[in-house]
Amino acid sequence: MTELPYVGQASTPAAGLQTRPRIVFDNVSRFYGEVLGVNRVNLSIPPGITSLVGPNGSGKTTLMNLMAGLIRPSRGTINVLGIPPTRPEELFRKMGYCTQFDAFPKGLTGYQFIYSFLLVHGMIESEAARLTGEALQRVAMTEAADRPVAAYSKGMRQRIKLAQAIAHRPTVLVLDEPLNGLDPMARNETIALFRQFGDEGRHVIVSSHILHEVDRISDEVILLSHGYVVAEGQIQGVRSEVKDQPMQILVRCDKPGLLASRLFEQDHVVEAKVNEDGKGLLVRTRDADNLYLLLNRIVLDNGLEVEAVAPADDDVNSVYQYLIGAEGGTT
Amino acid sequence: MTWSQIATQPWMLWRRQVASILRLELKKSLFSKRAWWIYILTLGPVLITGLHSLLSGRIERGHTMGEDNMIFAGMFQVYFLRLGIFFGCLGIFSNLFRAEVLERTLHYYFMSPVRREVLAVSKYLAGLIAAVVYFVGSVVLSFLFISAHWGPVFQQYLFHGPGLAQLGWYALTAALACVGYGSVFLLTGVMFRNPMIPAAVVFVWENLNPFLPSVLKKFSVIFYLKSLCPVGEIPTEGPLAFLATMTEPTPAWLAIPGLLIVSALVLALAAAKARKLEVSYSD
Repeated sequence: MTELPYVGQASTPAAGLQTRPRIVFDNVSRFYGEVLGVNRVNLSIPPGITSLVGPNGSGKTTLMNLMAGLIRPSRGTINVLGIPPTRPEELFRKMGYCTQFDAFPKGLTGYQFIYSFLLVHGMIESEAARLTGEALQRVAMTEAADRPVAAYSKGMRQRIKLAQAIAHRPTVLVLDEPLNGLDPMARNETIALFRQFGDEGRHVIVSSHILHEVDRISDEVILLSHGYVVAEGQIQGVRSEVKDQPMQILVRCDKPGLLASRLFEQDHVVEAKVNEDGKGLLVRTRDADNLYLLLNRIVLDNGLEVEAVAPADDDVNSVYQYLIGAEGGTT
Repeated sequence: MTWSQIATQPWMLWRRQVASILRLELKKSLFSKRAWWIYILTLGPVLITGLHSLLSGRIERGHTMGEDNMIFAGMFQVYFLRLGIFFGCLGIFSNLFRAEVLERTLHYYFMSPVRREVLAVSKYLAGLIAAVVYFVGSVVLSFLFISAHWGPVFQQYLFHGPGLAQLGWYALTAALACVGYGSVFLLTGVMFRNPMIPAAVVFVWENLNPFLPSVLKKFSVIFYLKSLCPVGEIPTEGPLAFLATMTEPTPAWLAIPGLLIVSALVLALAAAKARKLEVSYSD
């Protein structure tokens, strides 16, 4: 996919992609009167899929709206691939935004909805028609394209919004709860689409309540709570920074009882629990690196047959529970 | 901004964007359930003058065509300029952005790579076309209907007398009223969540015009419009008499550019305000 030239505006090579430009928030705060939206946010988001995770009211949508220039920061500056959101005429050549707002302009079919707004971009009719067809196909809405949007189901409305966001082939795709209302098959197709965008070196910023899906798709996560960024980065890195919660490591082996007895000799091992099937051990430790080294020694000394060793709580759900906990109220 | 900078602006792109926004907006401005009362404002005088013509043709006429002309002149100055076009433009132009906020669809425009100034101008043009169609149409039809029952005498007046020129001036003045009030109400629609309060202020300001010092008079739309009316002084009595009085008439060559300049300035201010507009759908 390439960025599109527009009538009346010279096309420029996507030189920016070579230098991997980022989305940068520099000490950004946003207040709604006296209510805090987000506070002192500093972020530098690389290409790939980045998920915004947090309970309702944590500031996910505020962050996305700030990024898109739909609202302005009370303090601080934002830069999207070198473009401030105060210049929508440049920003939205590179950005597509699928918002949570569920309203549509009246009287338009799905096709007209996408086509009309591509014309508003300044495209010529033939180009707009081609891209509309392409976008509808990518979200599997071609057959329903001639029906009025007002007659669409929730899932179809979600897909047509997504089609509108991707139609002009943006470099930055911002998606606010994009999986809401989609059936499992559509979810899988949509996630594959995000993955494809991420793999192409584009920025895909997703907010979602569905943590196991966030876990599946994210290269990086940003955890938000009460308007503050609680943690950011690759999920394993974030997990290792949560020092006050011992790491959980699952060891599948033939003699879990023996392994447990040897591990309990170490100070950093907090707990070791044999699996119900008797073929594994869940270990909680304050020093995972040391545990891995120790495991090697125990295996060699005792002739254990180890099938698998894997962290059990370095997923988004666990990190979310540790950092945000029950206050989040989302799973 | 220098001339060379102006020349290098993407005019072709803006032209296409204006055209595509106009296509979307015109449908909304011309045919909207919200605009039912604007249809009444425009159809009201047409129905009244039509009825007048119909009845006068059937029963004995107790008046002259000159009196019909004076009645229309009064109707134009007091009803069209002061009320119909004023409130019609209030409904059309203050809703250009406001209705999108109420319907939660403004973000689609704001998520397009369109300069907000281009968006504001496009919406203004759509509103202007709708307002001109409504009110110039209403003025023309009312003018024709009020004297239609005079038959050949009216045709003589229209095509071989001053009638057509008068009609032209009425139509132009009505169109300029849409230009002027349109820009004012676009601005108030962008600046205020509730357009009624600023509308009331503008209404009072416009109607206080005869009593304002001459410098302040120039900052109103009615000041320029009244000078353009083909029938200037109307013998009016009663509490609304001051609405039809004209103080310090301005020549047309000054009134038309004056109104256009004031409107352009207000439109520029509205466009600048639109640039800072945020999407906030909360009440």
